[in-house]
Amino acid sequence: MKLTIPELSLVLLIGPSGAGKSTFARRHFKPTEVLSSDTYRGIVSDDENSMEATKDAFETLRFVAAKRLARGLLTVIDATSVQPEARKPLVELAREFHVLPVAVVLDVPEKTCQERNSQRPDRAFGAHVVRNQLQQMHRSLRGLEREGFRHVHVLKPEVLEAIEFVRQPLWNNRKHEHGPFDIIGDVHGCREELEALLGKLGYEVRPRADGTPGFDVRPPEGRKAIFVGDLVDRGPDTPGVLRLVMDMVAAGSALCVPGNHEVKLMRKLRGRDVKVSHGLAQSLEQLEREPPEFHKAVVDFIDGLVSHYVLDEGRLVVAHAGLKASMQGRGSGRVREFALYGETTGETDEFGLPVRFNWAAEYRGRAAVVYGHTPVLEADWLNNTLCVDTGCVYGGKLTALRYPERELVSVPAARAYAESIRPLGGAVTPGGGLSAQQVHDDLLDIDDVRGKRVVTTRLSQNVTVREENATAALEAMSRFAIDPKWLIYLPPTMSPSETSKAPGYLEHPAEALAYYRKEGVAKVVCEEKHMGSRAVVVVARDEAAARRRFGVTTGELGVCYTRTGRRFFSDTGLEAAFLARVRAALTASGFWEAHQTDWACLDGELMPWSFKAQELLRDQYASVGAASRAALTDVVSVLEQAVGRGLEVGELAARFGEKARSVEQYVEAYRRYCWPVHSLEDVRFAPFHLLATEGVAHMDKDHVWHMETLARVCQADATLLVATPFRVVALEDEAAVAEGVRWWEELTARGGEGMVVKPLDFAVRGRKGLLQPAIKSRGPEYLRIIYGPEYTAPANLERLRQRGLSTKRSLALREFALGVEGLERFARGEPLRRVHECVFGVLALESEPVDPRL
Amino acid sequence: MLLTLSTTHHPATDLGYLLHKNPHRPQSFELSFGHAHVFYPEATEARTTVALLLEVDPVGLVRERRGPSGEGGVLEQYVNDRPYVASSFLSVALARTFRNAMSGSSKERPDLAGQPLPLVARLSVLPCRGGEPFLRKLFEPLGYTVTATRHALDETVPDWGPSRYFTVTLEARTRLSDLLTHLYVLIPVLDDDKHYWVGDEEVEKLLRHGEGWLAAHPERDIITRRYLRHRRSLAREALERLSGDEAPEPEEGTQARNQEEAALESRLSLNEQRLQAVVAVLKQSGATRVVDLGCGEGKLLRALLKERQFTDILGMDVSFRSLEIARDRLDLDRMPELQRRRIQLLHGSLMYRDARLAGYEAASVIEVIEHLDPPRLAAFERVLFESARPNVVALTTPNAEYNVRFESLPAGTFRHRDHRFEWTRAEFESWARGICERFGYSVRFLPVGPLDPDVGAPTQMAVFAR
Repeated sequence: MKLTIPELSLVLLIGPSGAGKSTFARRHFKPTEVLSSDTYRGIVSDDENSMEATKDAFETLRFVAAKRLARGLLTVIDATSVQPEARKPLVELAREFHVLPVAVVLDVPEKTCQERNSQRPDRAFGAHVVRNQLQQMHRSLRGLEREGFRHVHVLKPEVLEAIEFVRQPLWNNRKHEHGPFDIIGDVHGCREELEALLGKLGYEVRPRADGTPGFDVRPPEGRKAIFVGDLVDRGPDTPGVLRLVMDMVAAGSALCVPGNHEVKLMRKLRGRDVKVSHGLAQSLEQLEREPPEFHKAVVDFIDGLVSHYVLDEGRLVVAHAGLKASMQGRGSGRVREFALYGETTGETDEFGLPVRFNWAAEYRGRAAVVYGHTPVLEADWLNNTLCVDTGCVYGGKLTALRYPERELVSVPAARAYAESIRPLGGAVTPGGGLSAQQVHDDLLDIDDVRGKRVVTTRLSQNVTVREENATAALEAMSRFAIDPKWLIYLPPTMSPSETSKAPGYLEHPAEALAYYRKEGVAKVVCEEKHMGSRAVVVVARDEAAARRRFGVTTGELGVCYTRTGRRFFSDTGLEAAFLARVRAALTASGFWEAHQTDWACLDGELMPWSFKAQELLRDQYASVGAASRAALTDVVSVLEQAVGRGLEVGELAARFGEKARSVEQYVEAYRRYCWPVHSLEDVRFAPFHLLATEGVAHMDKDHVWHMETLARVCQADATLLVATPFRVVALEDEAAVAEGVRWWEELTARGGEGMVVKPLDFAVRGRKGLLQPAIKSRGPEYLRIIYGPEYTAPANLERLRQRGLSTKRSLALREFALGVEGLERFARGEPLRRVHECVFGVLALESEPVDPRL
Repeated sequence: MLLTLSTTHHPATDLGYLLHKNPHRPQSFELSFGHAHVFYPEATEARTTVALLLEVDPVGLVRERRGPSGEGGVLEQYVNDRPYVASSFLSVALARTFRNAMSGSSKERPDLAGQPLPLVARLSVLPCRGGEPFLRKLFEPLGYTVTATRHALDETVPDWGPSRYFTVTLEARTRLSDLLTHLYVLIPVLDDDKHYWVGDEEVEKLLRHGEGWLAAHPERDIITRRYLRHRRSLAREALERLSGDEAPEPEEGTQARNQEEAALESRLSLNEQRLQAVVAVLKQSGATRVVDLGCGEGKLLRALLKERQFTDILGMDVSFRSLEIARDRLDLDRMPELQRRRIQLLHGSLMYRDARLAGYEAASVIEVIEHLDPPRLAAFERVLFESARPNVVALTTPNAEYNVRFESLPAGTFRHRDHRFEWTRAEFESWARGICERFGYSVRFLPVGPLDPDVGAPTQMAVFAR
């Protein structure tokens, strides 16, 4: 015998002690699905039969059951559950998680139970116990449905053996349907507009060929329409709309979820006492002209509608008034209520209408939710939810969402058929031309950044941000960072090449090139490394672009920030002037047109070093230079005097002479990267990545594309912008490799910092996963300002070679994956919190302890 | 890194006997941080000079460091001045290489050791925090003629100005042991740093080496504080023992130099007045659940705990370190259960909406907003007045107009380095009224601190209510 139970339900096995519940449960359910009261007595008290532990045992059981139900897992409660008061909390639990409670009663004779119990030494309770339990059970049987059980199965001993449970998907589960869909907003009797919209969407709508009232509809290849409900009321032709939609649903070319207006109409047609308002009167009047069979068909149609649908492997949910994540794919009265009416806060607004709880503002679910119910001026995504009711009946338009294309298609209303009590706009107040998402994202929520986080990235799967690092980042982000709206990217840290063993060198490009060759990379790009400060520049073409794309309404047209998200320029006037020059260069080079964008995000180096690092230079670098030169000059002269006296200090004098030369070289080294900045004329910006433009994160292009694209922009303002010199090196070609090394020697001999070696493509996988996106080889003189003036002394160099790169490299990869993920999310137009999560993650990872000299 | 001592006593070569170092034989000593070399660049009867040259291992300093990380974490960096300057390293080397001379004993020339001699000490180079005036204040009372040459940070970048390094010559007729002892104590005082942890034994060391001169030195207090690395309890003990009578309260903490704002305002004990004013407002509001946003190290929380009216007190700060200090200062871990239940600390930020702040009836925001960048104020406003939405908010910020009354504050600068702005009364009031319009609050303003007829009170407070 087959017993059907909903695939997501809370199953209570009801029966006295010794009825065989545990054996039955073992046979029909997975061990993890079954929660037995005896087991939990044992867990909390070490004694499965301890009646004294019952309270604690049930609290624990309930806790575990709640976790399972929250995760959408069928759960079986193996306890006697013979009394209504024992069942009540479990029915409530099922309600709380919107799953259906199922009662399976094992109606076994007393004798069998007593026999079984007598065989178990641990069940030495009197016979009256089982007798009482059976009585209580039998008294319960008739009331089970009233207690809330939608499914009740009473099993007699003779059928027990032959039982087979069939788990039935809920009506709302249409995960196997992948569309494509056209999801149509509230029609409200606007048949002409509906036909026009269907036509625009490519559906052929014709009156039935046989002349009976109704429609034949041929959808475009493979597509299906979904109606979000509120087909009826207020508009001019409710029967026409119903007929069209009912025919489409019957033909399988449409799905439909009910709206609150359908439900009310159905109740009225069934003769219930319903207050006739909100346009119901028009529907009734129009339906009066229809035959009674049609009335019946309408009632049946509405009665058969399912509160909501979960489609496309759980990626899409359609419900009339939307649906919270915890209710999706579930079935309960409250789910249906929410899907039909949404939630209200209990307050009323100035128009006397109930204030709706803005569930979409808090929505964090994985599925896109498309709904209607609340008329809005424009359909506008918020946290992956979209209201497609654009108030057709009020003279707005009828809108459809094409899914998965996410395109909006609409037709204007021929006229206003009704007057809205509340002006169109709905739950979200329009914020001066900002999208609903931007209005919402004006303020981010701490729960989207705090604590341990696991960020799923395209490049590196899951990147974990540890709690203590998130803690550090929260302070840095809050106290020093720019407005998150502009902060769409933070650059990853960069590892140096493996430590060189060549005499006199700590770093040499040979190791960087060898790394990529070993990993199977055919070509690399060697870029000159500028010595300034890392800067990310976001620039909008005009105020409209800043507003539209970044939600910035302050009039700012961009920003230039450091690798920790701080504003680069302390002088806002200078920043504006800098951005204006960059913008002018983009305009002059035809950049906006070439990339079909009105904004750009560039990654580069801003020079001189002394511009940003003034304080560091004075307090540390110049101070050490001043102290060491003054002191060593005296030391050298005193030692010369001693040598002159014939003392045996020659070796000492030589050593200190070498120190004196080292500090001179050190001072020369830092001076190369310092020049005074009196105005913008003294600033240079060398962009090396075009990170993103409208709709695109450019990590899919190779570095030569980046270099050449940016070089064209740099040409337009050669005083401010520096095109980064680069070489492409084929790693199999020994001569090319040698030439690359020679170029580095030239660069560093001229006082350059060194070079950065990158695989030709932006993100490359090697034998063991993602490769370092870039490796720097710094010149020997530059390294004096990292490892100290005297680092080249052989004894020092030998010790300094003992350095480990693995932490730095792992960090570089994780930050790279996060940075790219953030940009890609931004390019896809995801909510700011999803972008911020990545940026925040990079900042958090930066607080991991790693040798700062690498 | 280099100290030379010269004398013109006749015969000058007797210096070798006093130092127990042969003028003809250079010597090297191994120290934990490198080597000390002692040699005589000149040794004639007319004039003899000894050189103590430190050779500090720059890589070992960073890699094998056992002591503190130095002022500003300098010893975590390979690029640091320690190998090239006179610092506590030199004091250690002095004590090691010239121990007998420092204690005033000489086997060969016992009389000479107790005799004032014409001596010149030259230091290359000496970092002087406090500059040349402070250098002179230290050595001139001890009878030295001071010559100091200050070095530029970088002669090619005149804009950067002078460095804190001096080449210093000290000239006096004094006992060699006195000169060495003065150098031993005062070099780290000028540098205001030490490469080892300072503990109780450092007090003994200071008193021993300061015997006979420190108690009467006009800069005794600051010498003591700096020598003991601004550790208040140690400095108090040393000063009590030096003076016999009650010692002045030394400045607080090792970060004394950074607490410019506190020092500036301390005359008024303004902070205390602010706390009192805020507590009064919160009490008056009738609130029982209160939150202190930006609670820092918990000064207000302590005051709130004393009031029975407040049954649920939340302190929030963005600095995790501050919260740890607050936890310590309030002794939360040992508080009785009933008290403990009244208070919570929360790491959070005023830049993010935070559901944990909901349900508090009153909030205080003391000297916080001036630490926020003006473009981010909008986020703060929404977090507090739209999302947390307490009935009453007491918010204080400096009154910029009052700054002219702080004599030590240069015109046009803020009271604290991290202040992003300081508002006049009109600016503050207009901002506060904007809040009221946008979020449906009313506001009144209260001055905190002495009210000046022209510029108002040093602190301005707004009390918002809805």
